[in-house]
Amino acid sequence: MHIAVNLWPLLGVAVIIAGFLLRAHPVLVVIAACGVTGVAASMDVPHLLASLGAAFIKTRNLPLIYLLPLAAIGLLERFGLRELAQAGVARIAAATTGRLLIFYLFVREVTAAIGLTSLGGHPSMVRPLVAPMAEGAAEARYPALSDPMRYRIRAMAAATDNVGLFFGEDVFVAFGAILLMQTILRAEGLEVDPLHMALWGIPTAVSAFVIQAWRLHRLDDAIRRDSAA
Amino acid sequence: MIVAVDLFYWLIGLLLAAVAVMAARDPANPRRWSTALFWALYATLYLAGEHMPPTGAGLMMVAMALIAGFGGVRAGGHASLSGEAREASARRLGHWLFLPALVIPLVTILFSTLLKGVRIDGRFLLDPANLTLVSLGCGALAALAVACWLTRASPLQGVREGRRLIDAIGWALVLPHMLAVLGLLFAEAGVGKAVAHVVTAYVNMDSRFVAVAIYCIGMALFTVVMGNGFAAFPVMAGGVGIPVLVHQYHANPALMAAIGMFSAYCGTLMTPMAANFNIVPAALLDLPDRNAVIKAQVPTALPLLAVNILILYFLMYQ
Repeated sequence: MHIAVNLWPLLGVAVIIAGFLLRAHPVLVVIAACGVTGVAASMDVPHLLASLGAAFIKTRNLPLIYLLPLAAIGLLERFGLRELAQAGVARIAAATTGRLLIFYLFVREVTAAIGLTSLGGHPSMVRPLVAPMAEGAAEARYPALSDPMRYRIRAMAAATDNVGLFFGEDVFVAFGAILLMQTILRAEGLEVDPLHMALWGIPTAVSAFVIQAWRLHRLDDAIRRDSAA
Repeated sequence: MIVAVDLFYWLIGLLLAAVAVMAARDPANPRRWSTALFWALYATLYLAGEHMPPTGAGLMMVAMALIAGFGGVRAGGHASLSGEAREASARRLGHWLFLPALVIPLVTILFSTLLKGVRIDGRFLLDPANLTLVSLGCGALAALAVACWLTRASPLQGVREGRRLIDAIGWALVLPHMLAVLGLLFAEAGVGKAVAHVVTAYVNMDSRFVAVAIYCIGMALFTVVMGNGFAAFPVMAGGVGIPVLVHQYHANPALMAAIGMFSAYCGTLMTPMAANFNIVPAALLDLPDRNAVIKAQVPTALPLLAVNILILYFLMYQ
């Protein structure tokens, strides 16, 4: 098989890897990778700038998911939403950080699996409600919670939202990824039923829940050890 | 379309313009002019992007990257209520304060299911190409209205609070956007073809287990580099999944596809390139380490990738 494949564009990938290893500013790394990739694909500067500009305008829908809820969420925070979420969870005696996040993981994954992917999200759910509740549950038991443990709890709250979303949504038949896979396989001459792809996602979806829930269960132990130390 | 996604581009453009004006007038910000210029450029791209020559938009994107990359985007000062005042208002409003927060997901779900495909005078009520996004926008506006009514605050206060959160996220807000641009550029330059060529030309896939492992790990690694499973899937499925796993080893194509996409998602959990899932949340949660969310996810992603390899290896003839 000797088809001429241009390997030079891989330099752009090398720039990304080198940039992150050297801990350079991510935005500079990305723009440097854009420049190197453009040169490697022998684009001239106006062509490269036009490609970047057209792509930037085309992908303006991406940050909207983050930007749209900010005004409402910010206003609610001003009037004490996060304090209310923390105080509310402190009154539930059985609530631990781990149990609370396992419950959220379950709800997030199941709702995503039936197509309700917008029931969570970092700006509208994790920052105002899930993370303060997870932190509040730990604080109610161990008032002298260390800052590193606080940060770890918040990071696990964000991670739990991601895991629930990713491994739930692919079980939903009408999800974009399933339709994308069907289109690509069809172009290669394979006809596959979307329902079969969704069903074959279930073993992994269950494994993702078990692994993440086990880690959340262990997080409770880590919080206890942290406060005992 | 009656409610098109352009309406929300326009609203976000106005919000970013307000952020730029407030930043320029904020003496508490040590780099207020460069910060204001950064948000003004971003506002312009939302307000007038489609009328702009692509070269001009590209220049503005590069300018934004340079301002952000050399520390020109800083947070300003924000007047918040004192801790006591906040707790007093939380007591006064009680659980009603949760209502607007729940309005966002509820309106998003109701609009995107019940109003899907509804037409008035032959025009779609909601933009069918961006249904979820437009529904989310309506939910956010409804939540802002309910929150203003509940707290007796003005919508301008909402804009100020939005600016507080935008300042907290800072330059990380544009990182997912710029990475998406890089992904499109990679596709245009043929990076995917080059990677598939390297993988298939230099790895021996005579063993079925090696072929399965290369497919799953390659999918994850490629996603780590591109930040997006959708970019990895066509490359690895076209390079290894279909020619080797399906045609040579007769794997079930539905299983091959499902496990491939999930292996890509394991990669998404581990990469700063998936900035909207991994880097922006770290900024939103005020975490000092911008890789904290990734570090919290790697111990889930790696065992799950191993599970994927085993599922595909043992169940591929089902």
